[in-house]
Amino acid sequence: MATVELRFSALPEHVRTARLVAAAVARRAGVDEAVLDEVRLAVGEACSRAVGLHQSSGITSPVKVALIEEEKQFSIEVGDEAPRSVPGGRDAGSAAEESDPETEEDEMGLAVISGLVDDVEVTAGEHGGLIRMTWPTTPPATVLA
Amino acid sequence: MDLSLSTRTVGDRTVVEVGGEIDVYTAPKLREQLVELVNDGNFHLVVDMEGVDFLDSTGLGVLVGGLKRVRAHEGSLRLVCNQERILKIFRITGLTKVFPIHTSVEEAVAATD
Repeated sequence: MATVELRFSALPEHVRTARLVAAAVARRAGVDEAVLDEVRLAVGEACSRAVGLHQSSGITSPVKVALIEEEKQFSIEVGDEAPRSVPGGRDAGSAAEESDPETEEDEMGLAVISGLVDDVEVTAGEHGGLIRMTWPTTPPATVLA
Repeated sequence: MDLSLSTRTVGDRTVVEVGGEIDVYTAPKLREQLVELVNDGNFHLVVDMEGVDFLDSTGLGVLVGGLKRVRAHEGSLRLVCNQERILKIFRITGLTKVFPIHTSVEEAVAATD
């Protein structure tokens, strides 16, 4: 299982808590100090996006964050439960979705994430979406030095 | 930490000093402040970001919204920022081309288009 799991009500005031917890666990896992700002920002963007998706879809279930410490890497997964059609699908509704200001803000968050994180996977389907971001870690000896 | 906002007038410019964290929770307060200033006829804004600890895309969206509002009145919105971690967010989103970014309030206030 994940090293630390966090579930919070889809409210903007809890995003800061998620950022703080993620940065603390990332630091412990050995993510480079210089990269922690990026971790904080990326997880904040992913959580803000999930909160927005839950609120605009009227979903009452919590946003889920999994902080996963693995050998030589640290991953963060932010999951939402907002259903959507397959991304990139050019169905009849997609033209209307693209001009929606909320969709634009959503894309701005994703733009920041992809600009910040080299290793990022974004998946979405009818049961919700998941953003997985991974950073390399240094051995604990280096962290303590 | 929450968001702190204070405004002062320097010549024909209105300086908005922002402190703390601008994120999905606090950005609406900054938006309200900028909207209020523009509605009151302040079209030349300088947003001093030196006290900002954290900025995300919601905050960027509010600043872009502020820029659109002042431009509708042929105004300006200049930023003051020397913090590398904040500047980086403007760079990766291409917004350094959109906002004039200055190293001091004095420089921003003296700047003309």
